[in-house]
Parts: sequence; structure tokens; C-alpha cells
Amino acid sequence: MGSVGAKDVPVLLTPDGLRIDGRRLNELRPLKITAGALHEADGSAFVEWGANKVMAAVYGPREVHPRHLQENNKAIVQCRYNMAAFSVDERKRPGLDRRSQEISKVIAEAFESAIFAEEYPRTSVDVYIEVLQANAGTRCAGVVAASVALADAGIPMVDLLPSVAVGKVAGKIALDLKKEEDNFGEADMPMALVPQSGRLVLLQMEGHLTRPELAEALDLGVAGCRQIYQVMKQALRDRYASDGPDPSGVSP
Amino acid sequence: MSDEVTAEILTTHILDLAKSGKRLDGRGLDDYREVTVEHGFVTSADGSALATIGTTKVLCGVKLELGKPFPDTPNAGVLTTNAELIPLSSPMFEPGPPHPRAIEVSRVVDRAIRAAETIDLTKLCVTPGEKTWVCYVDMHVLDHSGNLIDAACLAALGALTHAILPNKAFEVGPEDVPLAVNHFPVECTFVRLGDAIVVDPLVDEEKAAQGRLTVATDEIGNIVAMQKGLIGAFSPSDVKEIVERAFQHGDRNRAIARGV
Amino acid sequence: MGSGHRSGHRGRGRGAESSHPSGERILVLPGEEIPAEGLRPGSGTYRVNGRIYASVLGLLSLRPPLVRIIPLSGRYIPKPQDTVVGTVTDVQGTFWLLDIAAPRWAPLHMTGTPWKIDFGETEQYLRVGDAVVVSVESIENTGRIGVTMLGDGLGKLEGGTIVEISPARVPRVIGRNGSMIQTITKLTDCQVAVGQNGRIWIDGPDEGIIRVRECLRMIDEEGHRSGLTERIQKYLESTQTPGSTHDYRSRIVGDLPHEAGPTNPIDLPTPPPLDLEDPAARAPAEESDNDLPPDY
Repeated sequence: MGSVGAKDVPVLLTPDGLRIDGRRLNELRPLKITAGALHEADGSAFVEWGANKVMAAVYGPREVHPRHLQENNKAIVQCRYNMAAFSVDERKRPGLDRRSQEISKVIAEAFESAIFAEEYPRTSVDVYIEVLQANAGTRCAGVVAASVALADAGIPMVDLLPSVAVGKVAGKIALDLKKEEDNFGEADMPMALVPQSGRLVLLQMEGHLTRPELAEALDLGVAGCRQIYQVMKQALRDRYASDGPDPSGVSP
Repeated sequence: MSDEVTAEILTTHILDLAKSGKRLDGRGLDDYREVTVEHGFVTSADGSALATIGTTKVLCGVKLELGKPFPDTPNAGVLTTNAELIPLSSPMFEPGPPHPRAIEVSRVVDRAIRAAETIDLTKLCVTPGEKTWVCYVDMHVLDHSGNLIDAACLAALGALTHAILPNKAFEVGPEDVPLAVNHFPVECTFVRLGDAIVVDPLVDEEKAAQGRLTVATDEIGNIVAMQKGLIGAFSPSDVKEIVERAFQHGDRNRAIARGV
Repeated sequence: MGSGHRSGHRGRGRGAESSHPSGERILVLPGEEIPAEGLRPGSGTYRVNGRIYASVLGLLSLRPPLVRIIPLSGRYIPKPQDTVVGTVTDVQGTFWLLDIAAPRWAPLHMTGTPWKIDFGETEQYLRVGDAVVVSVESIENTGRIGVTMLGDGLGKLEGGTIVEISPARVPRVIGRNGSMIQTITKLTDCQVAVGQNGRIWIDGPDEGIIRVRECLRMIDEEGHRSGLTERIQKYLESTQTPGSTHDYRSRIVGDLPHEAGPTNPIDLPTPPPLDLEDPAARAPAEESDNDLPPDY
């Protein structure tokens, strides 16, 4: 672990290029995905990514509630991203705050860009993301979990959507920021990729990046997404393999 | 998606089965599904537990923070419980304001924890009238296959019995110590299906039920809380029979929740 | 999905076989490219710049000139001529709304029933909570699912119960030429109506219903393991109560009307049918959706 420097700001990068948790600039935190973790949902996935624990469930396509939201020619995607009260250092009041509402919208739009919604007019695909334990990059973990859940639910899509945040720590572009890097770093850029087309359907950024830094960050992010993509696919293969066990815990 | 319509023939079938002592999933009238409690599921909480009953799953996180005591109890800590029936857990729950069931689950679990004097709230007081520990018990339903009250209470008990008071982080003391838990309440829920009274109901059994009774017991033989729900009735001798069964199931589940 | 006890849709159709020439079971994920020389994209796939990709998680199925994916999960997607078991969720003046486990509720118009109903009398015939067997007539591009109760073996269901399994498993429940479902009903003295939507109505003696439900659970959850047919046969034979005395004749539903079958204000000609026809033969225009496992 990095030692604490002046003013209680942790050392984010050693002279050897090691980050606060010993990673290199282009390394992801450990990522484990379990597809089909829940019993009731049409599709689900549990993601453990670094110290993040995020659960996602998909219901649908199903009737739209309230009815006036339905679209005549396609399904709508409704997304609810929420953080559990105990998921963060300081207990969070239950309920959607403005940050969660914004993230919900951004994620819904990412999936709407990838789902073949015209196949199910006048229905809703409901995506629910619950952050159970947070350590930066929760919206990316949420997109990864929800994407696997959508495939698990049989929703037709262009592709799975791997997602990761790239940032800048101690002046260097770094992949997959953890909490201290997010708090004390100089930039944070979450993104989600459609591997089939190479295009981004989610992109946000906050901080300071020069244009060359941005180019480097985009490249690093896309490369990170491609790695995450493989983990997502493997989770689904494990779930649907001939002899895989049922992760949702069927009662005997 | 609001509460879905259950086929009436299924309801009739559930009641018919109960007459011959059988249930939808092959259990007997007094068979409880498999219970597991995994402690320390989330490290962002000061204490946490994931409780499962069959495929029902509830995650509870306990967080302890400093706050002001209530004016009328200056020497006591504050305990607040909340259950979230999130739409992720069931096609029956919509996003939005709390479902009435969520409020009932919160209050029923709260009542059991408080009545059993699970935590001595006076021990949570740091400076009378000024500073006290606030203990937040937040239960998050993740998967609803029936019997949320029992699962939520098991998760809460599991989280409380493994909670650590963060003295250092809040500069209250030199060391973090385990939260002192003195009593161990466990809830046990029954529903009436015709003349039969079955334990640990499934979702479809809850929908077919003609009355529901939850009994909370502690480890020294006290009944600490009861709640009757749904539309239906129980005779006093029903209640006594249910209480006996609640102790048997409660004692077994109590050990699992405590991890002993 | 709450209108039937789910015997576990966890099985999610794992283990259904694909009809790949090599006989190999090829699992495909959304976004994966499918080598498809000279083939056209069928359901579960899409084409971009001349290349074909999967859009759903499922098994590759090559039936030239089409390449398609058989979904291993997901809600029931209705197709015309499907027989489905549904529950009435709403009653209006001229129609009812049915929950058939599809993405949308299906309206059943009063003229699509064998009854002569006046406006506003609909509730006298079917109420919320009633279970029915209907046939899918049409899917419009507005998403409206048209269903009808006019036809052999369609009608209101009385008695019995409903079990819900993954729709992907229905072909295995039926079996080649109906062999599986015949074995199950024969050895349990039950009659069943198998809905393509994964909802299965069962009627018979209590013990029989429990054993049928266990068979359905085995197919839903363990169907991917080999030897399923033998396991079911063994289970049924080992749980047969010797010398059962009840009056229930074991036979294939669809023969003759049965006393405990569905009843209506006007008597139905026949009870609900088993889906006995060879699934491969009922392919609509372009594609058949029933690829049966070869191990029968």
C-alpha cells in the first residue's frame, strides 16, 4: 500500500510506477462475475470488482408501468442505479439522490443504444443495479453487471457492454481507478464500449486532460474494456455450460 | 409491475395439498427451507450478513456513526432499522415510494430487536445529552421467494452479532471493539392454508394464505414480538401451537444467524 | 409470471442441442460473429456490413439458407399457432386481458370464444384469476398478441394446477412424437396441457400431480445432463403406488372428454390437448422453432 504523504494525501504512484495498491498504470483490479446469481429476476449478475460489490437484475420485456411511458414502435429501457445505505463509508440515506438519478439515465441510454428495442413494441426492459459495496467505478461495475444480466435474460443486443473508468493519477493516465485515486486524482472518465463496432455508448469525464492525454486515455480505456469483455463472456459461458451448477441456489 | 394475478386453480391446489399435509415444493407443513447466513458480506459496513432461506436472500448492513441522542432520552443511543424491498428482488415490486410491505417488514424486525433488548442502548451513549452512537440497521432484500420477515431478521441478527464499533475512526476510543449484543431475537412466520398452518411460506403460499402470524422469540424462552398480517384469523390455541413451533425453528435458526 | 408455481426456470434450457452439422452444441453470445457463408440471418442474429452476428445468448442452429440462434433463456416469445396456458388479469366490456408469460398481455376478444356474449357480460364467463388454454393467432407490429379460444381443446381450465418452466424446455417436455409427455402422464394417471409458453396445466390425483411436477422440475433443471429419459422413467416407476384404487383412467388427453376436464357455460367438445404433433412439422413460413435433442 502507498504511504501517506503530506497533507494526508496518499502516495498514488511510486517512482517505480506502482499504484497505491501495487498495480501498474494499465492493470485492472481483480474482477469476478457470476451470471444468474438471483432466482426471481429474468436475468441477473453479481460483480465483484476490486472492493466493489454490485448486483444487477433485469425484468422484461414486460408491460410498461405507468402506461403512458410506452412507445408504440419499440421497447423502452428503464434503469435504476441505487447505492445501498451501507455501501459507502458514511451511511447513505435510502432513496435515489440526484447523482443516482443521473447515473440511472446515462446507463439507460447506453443500453438503449445497444438493445434491439424494435422487437418488443410497447414494453419495457427494466434494469436494476444495486451497489452493495462501493470503491470507485461503481457505475462501470453496474454497466458490466447489467449487461451480463441482459444477456442472461435473453434480451437481444448488438453486443455485451464492457465498461471501465480511466483517470489520471500523479500526472499519469491510469486504468480502473480505485477510491483513493478517484478522490485524489486529476481526472476520471468512465466509458462503455460496443466491441462489435468499436464505438462508445457511455462517456463521461471530469477533471483536467490535455488532448494527447485524452487520446491516451481513450486507447487505454478501450483496451481495458476488451479485457473485461472476455471476463463477461466467460461468466455467461460458465452459467450456460452443460454441467454448470446453478448459482442462484435452487432449494433442494 | 404491480402484484401479478395468481391463477385461482393454483390457489385451490395449494389449499387442497395442505389438507393432506403437503406443500407445493414437497415440504411438510412444519418443514423450514435451508437457512444460511454469511457474515461480513460487505466490508463497507461495520457489520453485515447475507441471510438466505431457500432462494430468498436478504442482505443487512449495520453502520455505526456518532450523532445526537433524542432529547427525551439523553442517555441512550439511537437504533434505526429500515428494510428496502427493492424492485431488483421481485417482479412484484415497483420503484418509487416504499411499498407498504417494506414498512411492515422494517417495523416488525425493529420491534423484535428492540423488545428483545438486543443491544443495550445506554451503552451506546458517549456523552449524555450530546454524543451517542447511532446504529443503522439497513436490510436490503435481494431475492424474494417468500418469507421476507424471517430472512430480514436473520440478516439483521447476523450483522449485529458481528459488528465492530468503529471507535478509532470516530476518535471515541483507542480500539475498535465488537458491538455488545445481549440477546438474539429470531422471527418465525406461519400462514394459514385452510385448516393447516404452515411455516416459512413461499410467495404463492403467501398469496393463497388466509392469515399470517409472525412470532419473535429470544434465546431465554421469551416471546418478544408478534405480528398478525393478511386477511384471516387465528384462535388462541392456534397461537399457542404456533409459538411452540416458533421456538423450535427459532432456536435452530438463531444458532445459524449467530454463527455458533 | 406469478400465476403458476415455478418448478424452477433456473434450468433455462441449458443442454438443448443445436442442429449443427457436426452435432456439436455451440453456445453463442450476443455480439459474436457467426461464420455464415451464403446464409441469411434468422431470428437471434443480425447482419452488419455483410457479416452476421448473434444478438441473443443461445445455441447456433444452421438450417440453410438460414442461420439462427435458439435462445437458452428469456421470456416466452409468442408465435402464431402456439397453444398457451394463460391467466385472466383484467376484464373489460368486450374482451379480457391474459397473462401468457409473454412480454405483453394478450387481449382475448369475446368473439374469439365459443360463447355468445353480450357487451358487458364478459365477467360472467371469465373472471380475473381464471386459467385458460388459448391459441396465438397473430402478432401485429404494434406488439399486440391476438389470441383465440376457438378451436379443439381450447377453453377454460377447471381444477388441477399450473406449473411454470422455462419455455426453452418445452420441446423436451413433449419429447419426440410426444414420447416424454406420454410416459409421464401414463405413469401418473394425470392429464396435462402443455403450453408453448412454459406453463403446464396438470390435473389428476394429488400424488400424481406431485410426481408430474417433479418430472417437470427434473427436465427444467437437469435436462442438460445425459440420460434424462432413463432418470425420469426410473423415478416414475420407483414412486408408483402399487394397486392404486382411484377411478382415474390413465390415457392420453385428446381421446375423449373427461369428467373432470374443463367446463364452460357451453360444454367444450374436448379437453385441452397435449402438444402431440411432431414439432418439426409445424414450422411456420420460414423457420421451425423446435430443435429436439437427438438422444431419444
